[in-house]
Amino acid sequence: MANENSTTNYKWVGKRTRRPDGVDKVTGRARYGDDMTVPGMLYGKILRSPHAHAKILSIDTSKANALKGVKAVLTSAEIPDHPLSQPPYAPIINDMHDISRNVMARDKVLYDGHAVAAVAATSERIARQALKLIDVEYEVLPHVLDPLEAAGRAAPILHEDQFTYSADGLSDKPSNLFRSITGQRGDLDQGFAEADIIVEREFTSEPVHQGYIEPLACIATASEDNCVELWTTTQGHFVIRALCAKLLNMDLAKVRVTASEIGGGFGGKNTVYGEPVAIRLSQMTGRPVRMVMTRTEVFRASGPTVGSRTRIKIGARKDGTITAADAETWYQAGAFKGAPVGRAAETFFSSYTIKNARAVVHDVCVNRPKVAAYRAPGAPMAAYAAEGAINELASRLAMDPVDIRIKNAVREGDESLMGTKYGQIGLLDVLEKVKSHDHYSAPLGNNQGRGFALGYWMHGGGLSSVSAHLLDDGTVTVATGNPDIGGSRSSMRVMAAEELGVDIELIKPIVADTGSMGYSHLTAGSRTTFATGMAVIFAVREIIEKLRALAAKKWRLTIDQVTWEAGQAVASSSSRGGIQSLSLKELAAMATKMGGAIAGHSEINAGGAGAAFSAQLVDVEIDPETGFVTPLRYTVVQDVGRAISPDYVEGQMQGGAVQGIGWALNEAYIYDDQARLQNTGFLDYRMPVASDVPMIDTVLVEVPNPNHPYGVRGVGEPCLVSAPAAVANAVENAIGQTMSSLPLSPPKILKRIDEAQAAGG
Amino acid sequence: MPKHQITTTINGDEVDFGCHAGQTLLDVLRTELGMTGTKNGCGSGDCGACTVIVDGRPVNACLVLGVELQGAEIETIEGMAKGRTLHPLQQKFLDHAALQCGICTPGILNMAKALLEKNPDPTETEVRYGLAGNLCRCTGYDKIVRAVLDAAADMRANG
Repeated sequence: MANENSTTNYKWVGKRTRRPDGVDKVTGRARYGDDMTVPGMLYGKILRSPHAHAKILSIDTSKANALKGVKAVLTSAEIPDHPLSQPPYAPIINDMHDISRNVMARDKVLYDGHAVAAVAATSERIARQALKLIDVEYEVLPHVLDPLEAAGRAAPILHEDQFTYSADGLSDKPSNLFRSITGQRGDLDQGFAEADIIVEREFTSEPVHQGYIEPLACIATASEDNCVELWTTTQGHFVIRALCAKLLNMDLAKVRVTASEIGGGFGGKNTVYGEPVAIRLSQMTGRPVRMVMTRTEVFRASGPTVGSRTRIKIGARKDGTITAADAETWYQAGAFKGAPVGRAAETFFSSYTIKNARAVVHDVCVNRPKVAAYRAPGAPMAAYAAEGAINELASRLAMDPVDIRIKNAVREGDESLMGTKYGQIGLLDVLEKVKSHDHYSAPLGNNQGRGFALGYWMHGGGLSSVSAHLLDDGTVTVATGNPDIGGSRSSMRVMAAEELGVDIELIKPIVADTGSMGYSHLTAGSRTTFATGMAVIFAVREIIEKLRALAAKKWRLTIDQVTWEAGQAVASSSSRGGIQSLSLKELAAMATKMGGAIAGHSEINAGGAGAAFSAQLVDVEIDPETGFVTPLRYTVVQDVGRAISPDYVEGQMQGGAVQGIGWALNEAYIYDDQARLQNTGFLDYRMPVASDVPMIDTVLVEVPNPNHPYGVRGVGEPCLVSAPAAVANAVENAIGQTMSSLPLSPPKILKRIDEAQAAGG
Repeated sequence: MPKHQITTTINGDEVDFGCHAGQTLLDVLRTELGMTGTKNGCGSGDCGACTVIVDGRPVNACLVLGVELQGAEIETIEGMAKGRTLHPLQQKFLDHAALQCGICTPGILNMAKALLEKNPDPTETEVRYGLAGNLCRCTGYDKIVRAVLDAAADMRANG
């Protein structure tokens, strides 16, 4: 293509440069959610339900209120209610009726850890004491944790006012099944009739937490004139502003939210938890209120992602052509509707051109915390089932697992099951790179197995705003509205320097508050480097336009006679006085005397983020005595579009892979028979540590995205989509048996080995 | 409730602080002294984000009480750079992009520093086990391990 995507002659794009926020982070200066204090602040704490499902009969706060140092006690009576949302329900993620009830239970508690009351006190110690003095009378109700069971007729109902929503309207009786999404094409019966071989499997996965190391934390300062200042750790302070203002009936302009440095999020910091409560407590007391969750509270009451129960059936001809695929899955939404069912339906078969396919995904409420996004929400558990079934298909056809994917791979112009048309994609390039990688053919030892899986994700674009300011010494500030969760300031700086043609050290990237910027959507959906990066480029181009005009004015030329080259304005014909060029620094010094300060702005709704694919190879060794799995070698091959900052692109791929190792082998929510969460700390909710994992090799395949000036694609999510499936496949190959239930813990693996031996296998 | 008066050395300076009997070193550093570079990830000794060095040993600051620290020498992330010169580990973490969100970084740097003082020439496996008490959810540890190995080589070469 003869556009700027085809040039690789970049000065900064693709180079390894130190991140601009790095020094603050290695010296402890960087301020995260919990690192802020405000004079006179009170400490907020939340009382949480010990029951998974119960009616709240009464709450007596009088003793807590009487405790010295307690300034306010709050229940749901202090949180505005919002009407039950009505069909067609979009967008469910911002349903105020549900959010109001999730931040503070109203009438009923729906999960262990559900907030029922809150206090603000002069110290954290007093706040904790006060919680113990609040008397809540509950009527405990039967609970349900499993989505299949919850969708059944005999299940306890979480919401008496929730009915199953379908094309026919609403169901007659209340149901925990909120809705079902179906993606379908072709004729399944015909497709399976054409198949020489059919694989039918069931797969289950458990909810896993995003596991960010920084707990949720905020400080709210409400004033007597109905303004609010909020400091919080979030992936999107504009979204937090919108949710708080809507929930608490405030004017948007009067709520100013500043995003702290964020200590991980992975989708888990996309919504509100303590923020509206802290604001209300501040409004009630007239003092700033700080609200920090403990790790236990984070596990019990935030996130996690869905657990799933999936049935899948795939048929193929002897040559490996997949003729039909059918999946049905039940996703746990947690206490409120809103499991990422659409994205799940999109994920199942979207890497493949299967003529006859269907994916049905059910959104089911259960007595667990309301699910939040987690890195490619809804996709890894769908890929776990689909890729698992395809691996079995390949195995039974004695076909190479990569070859069967190449045979069925989507190409430019093909459509996904949910109707997404693919543009320029790098799937085949990724698969070819896997085949030629030395990991692919490396020998394996005893008790070792190699796994392979493919991950797909359709990225987000959306609203981004940027303000770039040229300062009179020739340096430039580039302000975005997107919290920097994994190095985005580095990428913003690179793109601004590339456009301007100047040294990156002249660019200072900033994450600005909601009062300083146009609306910017979440740092999520792998959209920031793509969409906000595009806005950076446009804002800087506006500065360049203004500088060309300034130089033209100085030289008494028209703007067409001035070009911008390598950081300076260049006159295309000889100008008066013989000056041929003016540097950024010279122009910056002139600007204020010749018309005013120079800035560039961009407020865009970026489209065309496109799809990306991540293939993963992993070798594991199983200890046959204990069932313990050791990952030995790991390679991620991914289409990254264009790596603006390769260090951080690799970092995303490595981090995604290791999260997938945790998901596949260790992580799960464990409940007792009363549906109380048992593993509420990092000791028992066991995420991978350094000694659990090998180096994670990365192969960056760069097939540029034609819809971004530099070809950027999202990179943070596809790498998690394929990871649990790849690890699970490696375990299966190591023990020579199928395994269908995550996590693949040692007892489960031992049991499977024993069963196989007993059966003489 | 009366506070206990404790005298310690923090990053080479004599520091007096008052604390309640139940206050942890983490709480003392962050709340009483405003030294927020030491991070609180769990409060139960499971994540390592609050790792500091007390009398030459790495400890989870959330598992040590303030009242235990009379006369102790404490090193925190705020004291790792000498003046305006970053410690080799800090330099290498920047060079290797060994951090993403950065919340685990202060604890990991302290743990790595303590590890290299004990074992200046660790293998990859020794680094991995040395850092096994420090959770990082972003990086997958690859670049962290490389940065520590590279810093160790650098520190050996430069004595």
